[in-house]
Amino acid sequence: MSASAKRQEFIQVSARAKSQEFSQVTVFSEETYRRAAEIKARYPEGRQRSALLPLLHLVQNEDGQVTPDGVEFCAEQLGITKAQVGAVATFYTMYKRQPTGDYLVSVCTNTMCDVLGGQAIYDALSDHLGVGHQETSADGKITLEHAECLAACDYGPAVTVNYDFVDGLDPESAVGLVDDLSHGKEVVINRGARLCTLKEMALQLAGFADEREGAVGEGPAGEPTLRGVKLAQQHGISPAGFDITTPIPSASGGNK
Amino acid sequence: MSVFEKLTPVLTKRWLSPDAWRIDVYERLDGYAALRKALAAHPDDLIALIKDSGLRGRGGAGFPTGLKWGFIPQNDGKPHYLVVNADEGEPGTCKDLPLMTYDPHSLIEGIIIASYAIRANHAFVYIRGEAVHAARRLRNAVKEAYAAGYLGKNIQGTGFDLELVIHSGAGAYICGEETALLDSLEGLRGQPRLRPPFPATHGLYASPTVVNNVGTIASVPYIVLGGAAWWKTMGTEKASGPMIYSLSGRIANPGQYECTMGITLRELIELAGGMKPGHKLKFWTPGGSSTPLLTAEHIDVHMDFESVAAAGSILGTTATQIFSDQDCPVYATYRWLEFYHHESCGKCTPCREGNYWMVRVYRRILSGQGTYEDLDTLLDTSDNILGRAFCGLGDGATSSVTSSLQYFKQDYLDYIEGRTAPKLSEKAMAGAH
Repeated sequence: MSASAKRQEFIQVSARAKSQEFSQVTVFSEETYRRAAEIKARYPEGRQRSALLPLLHLVQNEDGQVTPDGVEFCAEQLGITKAQVGAVATFYTMYKRQPTGDYLVSVCTNTMCDVLGGQAIYDALSDHLGVGHQETSADGKITLEHAECLAACDYGPAVTVNYDFVDGLDPESAVGLVDDLSHGKEVVINRGARLCTLKEMALQLAGFADEREGAVGEGPAGEPTLRGVKLAQQHGISPAGFDITTPIPSASGGNK
Repeated sequence: MSVFEKLTPVLTKRWLSPDAWRIDVYERLDGYAALRKALAAHPDDLIALIKDSGLRGRGGAGFPTGLKWGFIPQNDGKPHYLVVNADEGEPGTCKDLPLMTYDPHSLIEGIIIASYAIRANHAFVYIRGEAVHAARRLRNAVKEAYAAGYLGKNIQGTGFDLELVIHSGAGAYICGEETALLDSLEGLRGQPRLRPPFPATHGLYASPTVVNNVGTIASVPYIVLGGAAWWKTMGTEKASGPMIYSLSGRIANPGQYECTMGITLRELIELAGGMKPGHKLKFWTPGGSSTPLLTAEHIDVHMDFESVAAAGSILGTTATQIFSDQDCPVYATYRWLEFYHHESCGKCTPCREGNYWMVRVYRRILSGQGTYEDLDTLLDTSDNILGRAFCGLGDGATSSVTSSLQYFKQDYLDYIEGRTAPKLSEKAMAGAH
């Protein structure tokens, strides 16, 4: 059976399933099919299964989660079973299996950030939004999660919105942040590009460029990042003897 | 000698130039000069150069980089691969994300040189999924490097071809373990492989593969430019070069401090402006949560691979998390164990079950219902994980348990004997029995 015939059949089966159990069925766009082909082409010939992680990010770009339709889409793309895709999709925390909001707020509650106030921020947000871990606020805007180390310990407690960093929060300002997000007010991302939705971010995770004008250049380095190197600059220190013309010793007589 | 002279800004230097992520700015700051120099040399001479420099892996294990490159069999007719481990996630570790964000081309330049040396025509950066801004900059830099002829076919007219893919993960700490990373990159669940065979012969797609950390590969252009002898002017005899120490916690100025390898914690705290007012050093990790805790007594231990090992810990990723007398080592260990329990891939029993149960024992202790026997249970469980788990994640989970029991047994007893108020409520106890 050709891919398009299979897809037709899948759509019909999905449509039947829709009336029975699923509230929503995704028919992936032509654009998503084109992008899937582009993702698969990145990997060496015969090694297309490597495309599975980016493909799962790609289906989240349409659905905001990995739905049974998304699993089927990936399986069809790679010629593997739905069980094989499901085994992978359920292993990784960034693949969500419930609907998500436009904004995923992740609060690090690993030891260092917990000690520095991360747990207090998480608890305040959980109370304010009335949601628990990986649950979405009633207005459908915000999904909350506690995260493990986000590799920003020098800025702790670390909080991200759609994985870009918002620094210097305490419980009160964190509540203000999610209120602003809910009301569509502009929110300042300290180290990252200006905010996009979680679905839009999934496209970047699938390996596509951030096409927004100037986005790549946004988000200057913060003070903690630059502390050591600025201290060296202030004291006029740099490692001595660095000469870029130093030859590379040749044991093979310089023959390539 | 002033403590400031221990600073060695090499890999962090371009971070001062806000536009160094752009290829034109990078090229003005010595960028891609190392590549030109390397492509004019014989690949074997580059491997020898890295061996001579004494560069050791910056991802935690400290394996000699040149030796690793030398393990790749040559003229074997198989494709070779370079895979950069950018899955930074070890609690406390935060050096690779800034490097990729503020100086992405230095990593790409290192990748091209390393690939040329090991004769790989396909390279991958497996970057942690959550690291979206670093990935944004890196993908942009890759595009620029292709356009400039540093990547793709016939690089700089030398006949050398290289394709580079930036591959985002999806949230799994275990993928920082190199064989789990390779499985994940092949589109599988990230679970470690049995070794041997090692990645040097059976890595990605069962082909010879070098897996190196971001900091390791980003060091390569500097060694090519400045030479092995210059590189060895920094660090110690057995641990050469500069190292990015990531300081977090109860200090005045947390941040990234690139210093000569072998600096002490006392000196690092001085660089960071001292402890936070009202805080006294109590315990710290030299290199992330998988390295055994050290105490205030270890403040003058030299932070290089050998000296930290002699003090009973591991240099790891030099993620120096600093805790004070206001922090509880029992609670800290409990939070780390929650992490290891969550991140255990489930493949091997000691790690999957051991961490599950130890979390419950900690909850019992922290809610004021612990017994003396619990301490023996923790040691016994750790003993059954360490060395018996499939990979280093399991081993690492036991580090804070055994070291905190070694140095801070009294803190445990204070919970058990009722001198410390319970830190966790009854609610947290659900399922603890």
